[in-house]
Amino acid sequence: MAQRSAGQGDQRGIRTVPYDLVRELAIAAAVSLVLILALAVAFSSPDVPSVTIQSWSKSDPVDFVTTANDELAGASATANYGPPYNNGSNAVQSIGPVSPQAWGGVHATVDQPHDFVINPLKQAAGNDSKLGDDVNVYESASAGQRAKWHDAYADALQKATVDGSQLTVATGDYGPVPEMLNRLLQLAQTGALDGLLISSNHFYQTDYTKPLLFMNDGGYLAGLAGDQHLTGSQWGMMNETGLYPGQTWLWLYTLWYQLPPFNSAWASVTDLLVVLMMVVLTLLLALVPFVPGLRDIPRWIPVYRLIWRRYYREA
Amino acid sequence: MSTNSGDQSRGSWTAATRGQLERRLPWDNLLPDRQPYWVGSWVYVFGVVTIAALAWVVASGVILALFGPQWWHLSRAGRFFNSLHSWSVQVFFVFMVLHLWGQYFMASWREGRAPTWMIGVVTFAVSIGSAFTGYLSQQNFDAQWIAVNAKDAINSTGVGGFFNVLNFGQMYGLHVMLLPIGMVLLVALHVIQVRMKGVVPPIGRLSQPDVTREMTEK
Repeated sequence: MAQRSAGQGDQRGIRTVPYDLVRELAIAAAVSLVLILALAVAFSSPDVPSVTIQSWSKSDPVDFVTTANDELAGASATANYGPPYNNGSNAVQSIGPVSPQAWGGVHATVDQPHDFVINPLKQAAGNDSKLGDDVNVYESASAGQRAKWHDAYADALQKATVDGSQLTVATGDYGPVPEMLNRLLQLAQTGALDGLLISSNHFYQTDYTKPLLFMNDGGYLAGLAGDQHLTGSQWGMMNETGLYPGQTWLWLYTLWYQLPPFNSAWASVTDLLVVLMMVVLTLLLALVPFVPGLRDIPRWIPVYRLIWRRYYREA
Repeated sequence: MSTNSGDQSRGSWTAATRGQLERRLPWDNLLPDRQPYWVGSWVYVFGVVTIAALAWVVASGVILALFGPQWWHLSRAGRFFNSLHSWSVQVFFVFMVLHLWGQYFMASWREGRAPTWMIGVVTFAVSIGSAFTGYLSQQNFDAQWIAVNAKDAINSTGVGGFFNVLNFGQMYGLHVMLLPIGMVLLVALHVIQVRMKGVVPPIGRLSQPDVTREMTEK
């Protein structure tokens, strides 16, 4: 290999060798393209169809109606979530007085009884006076009366039977709730509710906050995720459906969720703790050049002697 | 009034900028055809492959964006280009992490190269954000599940109302426009810094001059 010192004026006599950066980049581009093509041809990519309100309500109507009952009763996860969706507090995470979630405030408002159930039913009631009457009875009832209906209906749904699109439960005092939710089930099973949940009086729509929160309040979506090893306790954020690698670079972020006390004593604030830790760790990584100890590890573990073995051999 | 061109350009921001660029980033630094003799390890290839993979990520992503977000669900060609995009992202990350660890064990921040390291780490973080919004833009079950899971972590930081992972339009816009532009600019800045400072000399080398600069100041 041709060698010379680094320029005639180089008093330190650094020897240099030819190095073709552009050719190296071209070869890297060609080799990586061959590798990517081979992987794409051999393994394709995962594309498990999305869950719709329709597919959920058809596959598990009891879960759908139970969830809708919880939404009306204010007993769902979304109902008590807190910012940014509403003023609840169940999902608000704080460490002592530090609660950025509460500070952030409500900026993606979700009024789950109306957004998920009542408003779609009112739209469907345009040509169904019986449904309109049921909704009126429900809305004019006292909060206490509605709570009794929902509690009783929730108990009854645990032994519900399904016949086509109709749920049958034991006789009881549920007010207009079964009729309303059976009609909501019909809307869901025809696919109409998928559109009603995202319409918001706009023709174009790309915000799926409401249907996703609604589906996530049920057990069906989580059940499918569990079958695909995607839940939080299964290193979920790293995985993809099937055996595809997914976001493996999130391994350190996901790791904390698998370890106590993050998944036990600190479970109620795990997200906030993990995010803050990852921010600190990322800052540490960026500031490695200035952190004693971290910046010295390469000297203590002499991997560099392999990388520059030619230099050390000749030195 | 001055008559020579030197006087005329005095005070010119354009001339000053050109002068700075010529001094700090001459072509011999930007595209050197020689390197110090110790540059001879596969570790040096990891960064180049990362850039190559990024090029394929962008190229396949441009094709997907051209045909729209439904295309890859509905056609064999779309599915194939989505697979190219997906696997190029995997290759990109594998080599970026190898590059990161390689540079760490070379302590590549030495002798004034800390900004290069720090911009590299920022690029890594932005890449993770870009990939994350890509996974949210898939419009399949994976996207749905990642969104409903990730919302709690994002919401816990207080930014969930402004960075709403359940809002496909917002995530898609970030993924195909803002984050890729940011990544490419950061990578360009990172590479320019590497070329300005030259490759880091071996650890323990007694005299550690800025090799590349010396090569051009002969």
